[in-house]
Amino acid sequence: MLYDIFIDPFVQMYDMPDFFLQVLWEGFVAGILYALIALGFVLIFKASGVFNFAQGIMVVFAGLTLVGLNENGVPAYLALALTIGAMGILAYGVERVVMRPLVNQPDIILLMATIGLTYFLIGFGEFVFGGEPKQMITEELGLPTGSTAIEFGERGLIILQHIDIAAAVIAVLMVAALGVFFNKTRIGRALRAVADDHQAALSVGISLNQIWAIVWFAAGLVALATGIMWGARSDVSFALEIVAFKALPVLILGGFTSIPGAIVGGLIIGFGEKIGELYWGGLVGGGIESWLAYIIALIFLLFRPQGLFGERIIERV
Amino acid sequence: MKRIKQIALGTAVALGVGISGLATTTVAQAEDSNYVPLLTYRTGPFAASGIHIANGMHDYLKMLNERDGGIGGVKLELEECETGYNAQKGVECYEATKGKGALVYNPYSTGITLQLIPKAGVDKIPVLSMGYGLSAAAVGSTFPWVFNVPDTYWDGASVVIKYIGEQEGGLDNLKGKKIGYIFLDAGYGREPIPLLEQLAEKYGFELLQYPVGVKEMQNQSSQWLNVRRDRPDYMVMWGWGAMNPTAIKEAVKIRFPMDKFIGVWWSAGDDDAAAGGEGAKGYKAMNFSGVGSDFPALDDIKKHVIDAGLSSTDAGSIGGTLYNRGVLNSVIIAEGIRTAQELTGKKVITGADMRMGLEALDLDEARLKELGLAGFAHPMKVTCDDHAGSHPVFIQEWDGKQWRQASGWIEPMTDIVRPLLEAAAAEYAQKNAPWPERTEPCPN
Repeated sequence: MLYDIFIDPFVQMYDMPDFFLQVLWEGFVAGILYALIALGFVLIFKASGVFNFAQGIMVVFAGLTLVGLNENGVPAYLALALTIGAMGILAYGVERVVMRPLVNQPDIILLMATIGLTYFLIGFGEFVFGGEPKQMITEELGLPTGSTAIEFGERGLIILQHIDIAAAVIAVLMVAALGVFFNKTRIGRALRAVADDHQAALSVGISLNQIWAIVWFAAGLVALATGIMWGARSDVSFALEIVAFKALPVLILGGFTSIPGAIVGGLIIGFGEKIGELYWGGLVGGGIESWLAYIIALIFLLFRPQGLFGERIIERV
Repeated sequence: MKRIKQIALGTAVALGVGISGLATTTVAQAEDSNYVPLLTYRTGPFAASGIHIANGMHDYLKMLNERDGGIGGVKLELEECETGYNAQKGVECYEATKGKGALVYNPYSTGITLQLIPKAGVDKIPVLSMGYGLSAAAVGSTFPWVFNVPDTYWDGASVVIKYIGEQEGGLDNLKGKKIGYIFLDAGYGREPIPLLEQLAEKYGFELLQYPVGVKEMQNQSSQWLNVRRDRPDYMVMWGWGAMNPTAIKEAVKIRFPMDKFIGVWWSAGDDDAAAGGEGAKGYKAMNFSGVGSDFPALDDIKKHVIDAGLSSTDAGSIGGTLYNRGVLNSVIIAEGIRTAQELTGKKVITGADMRMGLEALDLDEARLKELGLAGFAHPMKVTCDDHAGSHPVFIQEWDGKQWRQASGWIEPMTDIVRPLLEAAAAEYAQKNAPWPERTEPCPN
């Protein structure tokens, strides 16, 4: 037993290096995708202190809008532009109808409001698009399909899916763009000010309503990118909403307010769950990755309760 | 005034939600009609599969109403209740509709079926779990109120192993082979494991299990990396909903030979296979209902229901595997009602009458032809002792655009399956003691 736990997995990694590299690649891709989902949560939490329960359904809603428009004859790139517009309208609507009337309400009320928003979007989405799954318009959007096989040693093979490479590139670009937006633009600085202290931000003339609409729109764009990438890996259906829960251990690990935390947390969870499942999962019958991610996050919490990059909260008593 | 407006709005929304839970085709049960509730799911993670089944079930029964004025001159009252493939919601649907004179329940979820089995005998309403649910329920002497015609999951598992054996030149050649089993980690996917383990022991193959949690349905890369490392000779899938297309895509991704990947009859949807694109060519699945739309009864559905605007079915989806499966389910319901009417001499029947009708079901070739469904299914017969019948199934193969039949009818290994079913039924009765002794008369 001890051999199976402490020796055999490492022997396997050494004996089949191509497979180990494949596991690392899959972990990296999964981590990037988890990070994308977590980013959506972080953006909204940073600006408003709201845990946006609706982030998962926003991923579905964005993906379905894109594919649904294309199915109705709208060219792919125009459908993409219109979907971005739809996410903008959604952001404006959420700010006007959900956020603004609930200003200064306790956090739990805002959380409940996002749960309500989730069910509204599920119902509205099913009413407009139906419940049937749709194929992501990967090729129409100019995203690569197919795969490249790299020979490794005598019998080894590493298979790289082109869409996974594209996902990694898009995620990096998106994070870089968000980094520039938050650090180098006036609105970005205003957003950080709101995140630090609502009252102080208001006192210097920052419009809370405008900032919230912008941040929900940014979260909508992240949801759209996530929907495209996850949709290309399986299909676009309401089942994708469940995938959003993969972001929870990432948030626990990376902190709810840190964009780098979402990225690093996503990668740690991605690598950790794939390596854990592939090399240690068999010891308990497999299927451990759904809870292993939480175990990894909880172990980190023992040492950093605020998450890897979260802000340390010190309150005087 | 503002407060009154808020209350009025809230009440309207609440009423709307309540009403939409029971998506009715027709609502109240009349005394001159037979009431058939349909537990369906057109929303949620399993809607991809559930919509086609729901459409097929609804459209065939609706067609009987429109074309023939119902069954035996009595209209059918149909009522759909959305379960979302959720056991709790399924039970809520059951409780909300059973008092309206329900004739039979089709849960379309093994989880819901397991919840309804103990209730069936108490409420005197049979459960028809066509090709799913508790395999042991095939033993009619223990489960007089449950029917899983035409096959149990254990029948299906034995057919898959038999088919793989044929590909390898005989079951004896399975010794030393590896057969992978990827399944939805729920009651449904776990159901055939006891039989597969028995067969692995008997024929000497290694059974490798790859569970897929509901939350991981669209995130299966770990399972398929394990498959790549273990290099099984064949893969067998018990998937549903979003799990199916994702699994097929992942199999393509790791370059698993698709002609050695075989799904259960619920992993046989057109959307499931199409998701894999060109790479999915050669993927196989079991089936027991017709392939394609070239059947007079389906023409009648198109004419009387779809063209008349009485259905939400897109005409292009008629003939799809899961749509046809829904139609076959309703054929069994309709024939059960017709048989019950003949046995009792009544036009408007009860659940108890329906149980007798299902137990005396004899859907032979002549009757299938009469229904406009010649060749749509293998003839099937239910007896008091055997509520499944262990009927033959065939293997179909995806050619990149559509399914085509790839084998003849394959008989399940009844010599192995039946004793195990009886033992499992006895074990169920013991675990749920005091399980009632059968007192219902046999109509055969």
